[in-house]
Amino acid sequence: MPVRLGPMPLGNRRGREYYRQSWIFANALRTTRSTLVASQSPFGAAHFERVTFDSLEYRWRIAEREADYGVHKAACSTVDWKALREDFPILREQAHGHPLIYFDSAATSQKPRAVIEALRNFYEHENANVHRGLHTLSSRATEAYEKARQRVAEYIGAASADEIVFTRGTTESINLVAQAWGGKFVREGDVILLTEMEHHSNLVPWQLLAERTGARLRFVPVLDDGTLDLEQLPALLTPEVKLFGFTHISNSLGTINPVAELCEKAHAVGALTLVDAAQSVGHLSIDVQELGCDFMAFSGHKMCGPTGIGALYTRREILDSIPPWHGGGEMIVSVALERSAFKKPPHRFEAGTPNIAGAIGLAAAIDYVDRIGRAAIFEHDSQLARYAFERVNELPGTRVFGPAEERGALVGFVMEAAHPHDVTTFADEYGLALRGGHHCNQPLMRRFSVSGTTRASFYFYNTMEEIDRMIEILDKAARFFS
Amino acid sequence: MEIEELYQEVILDHSRRPRNFGELPDAAVRVHGDNPACGDEIHLAVKFDGGGGLEDIKFTGRGCAISQASASLMTMKLKGKSRGEAMEMLRAFHYLVTNDAGDGPKTLGDLRVMKGVRNFPQRVKCAMLPWRAIEQAFEQGAGEATVSTEPA
Repeated sequence: MPVRLGPMPLGNRRGREYYRQSWIFANALRTTRSTLVASQSPFGAAHFERVTFDSLEYRWRIAEREADYGVHKAACSTVDWKALREDFPILREQAHGHPLIYFDSAATSQKPRAVIEALRNFYEHENANVHRGLHTLSSRATEAYEKARQRVAEYIGAASADEIVFTRGTTESINLVAQAWGGKFVREGDVILLTEMEHHSNLVPWQLLAERTGARLRFVPVLDDGTLDLEQLPALLTPEVKLFGFTHISNSLGTINPVAELCEKAHAVGALTLVDAAQSVGHLSIDVQELGCDFMAFSGHKMCGPTGIGALYTRREILDSIPPWHGGGEMIVSVALERSAFKKPPHRFEAGTPNIAGAIGLAAAIDYVDRIGRAAIFEHDSQLARYAFERVNELPGTRVFGPAEERGALVGFVMEAAHPHDVTTFADEYGLALRGGHHCNQPLMRRFSVSGTTRASFYFYNTMEEIDRMIEILDKAARFFS
Repeated sequence: MEIEELYQEVILDHSRRPRNFGELPDAAVRVHGDNPACGDEIHLAVKFDGGGGLEDIKFTGRGCAISQASASLMTMKLKGKSRGEAMEMLRAFHYLVTNDAGDGPKTLGDLRVMKGVRNFPQRVKCAMLPWRAIEQAFEQGAGEATVSTEPA
């Protein structure tokens, strides 16, 4: 495994060259050291991987390509993944008399004790409303809530905590952009460019905006292999495009989109970019400044956090130009009967008492995920996803969707023998939690001529053994239904 | 095991080889039913006899084993029935798949194999989709209609 140096700089050429050299140097040092150790080992040097500078150059090129996709890798072999399962009390549950295998983390992840405890601690020791109270508890709650905002900003590489608006989740974040930003800046004849693989949450808000303003929607097609047809991009990404919104990782196909490249191309025609990071933010290292996106929407509950809390990142220069969205308390400076003055962002966009405990729980989730390290998580989950892809693909009469190699932590498939709902009901009988249906991707399902798929989605608490068990159950299901 | 109660051999047989599956060229009513929750669809074609009873029913579409088998069993059962009898059967069938009602009335016949659905509340809509379609066919009387498990 290559040595880890932290996230790779994406935008800046000099930064990248410096990183490249340090990367190669650090790995070369490591190789020398391991060879040295190996020569003293009774098993001899053959037991150690031999890495030359040439192969390091090759590995660098792979790492660089991964960086273009917002993907960073690191050694995941040092993490005791099985021990981490102990942090998740729910994984000890049984379903229908079988040990639970939870393969539905793309819908919502399970929560570690650290997050559950953080919520409890807040309600037991800090609970009060934020920003107004003058008493001790209110100060504690306000401090914890704003610290959580800071934590989110650091987690995604935002320049400042002011760029983070707390929302109920990805869906609300995107609606905020479509309604508040779109309402002001999008006019008749303008174009919102999306892709065919968007979750309904990054489609319906734009349909509503288009209806209201007379703007048009365009879509980047999806190829048979589940990747975006980027050859069409020049024809689609014209100066009328005001915003290009796309998912980082497809929740049905597992496709990882080249965020940095797409942002750069959008900016070249003057369009802003919105990244739906619901499926990526808990799985790989993200730096919004390096990726160069203008908006990023995500949820806490898919990355070990509580439900009902998420965030919208908006680049500061844009944030200041967006008018208020919801009106009410917490977002005003002063109110008269006829008019009001509004706070600066981000508080301008947080009307009413926010989900205080949720934000604090999200910060605890971030701490937890970062202690493991997202690079390690990504490598672990990729191994699971690739393994699952191969194994499911080997089952007779099965069609797996999305790219085989570089993919997010999920596998979507259909079986000739049985409908996705039947497969899912059958699997549940054996304690295996899969998801069957359209996964809020109806247009994408139509694109692939299926009514739905069965999806197995993974997180760092899942194991190869669980995938083996899934294959046994799917095999059983195929025989049962055919 | 509950799974075998749900997917009884009769149900699997009907889902693999659905009866009355196909087109009905001289149908009086065509109802397109869909379950947006899963994307399943059924196209039911109905021909009435002189007294308003069901002379013939056929269906096409795609869906899970439960919805396909339910449609197949329903079309077999309802052929020759009057509107009143069919609606009475709908009520009895709905009660069967949503309540702990033993084996249900004898009049349901083969339909009683569907009773396992009651242990799988998420699948009740699958079982009811063809029945919603036939109900709509009577309402409509002629022409085309659509029906959904999720009323707009």
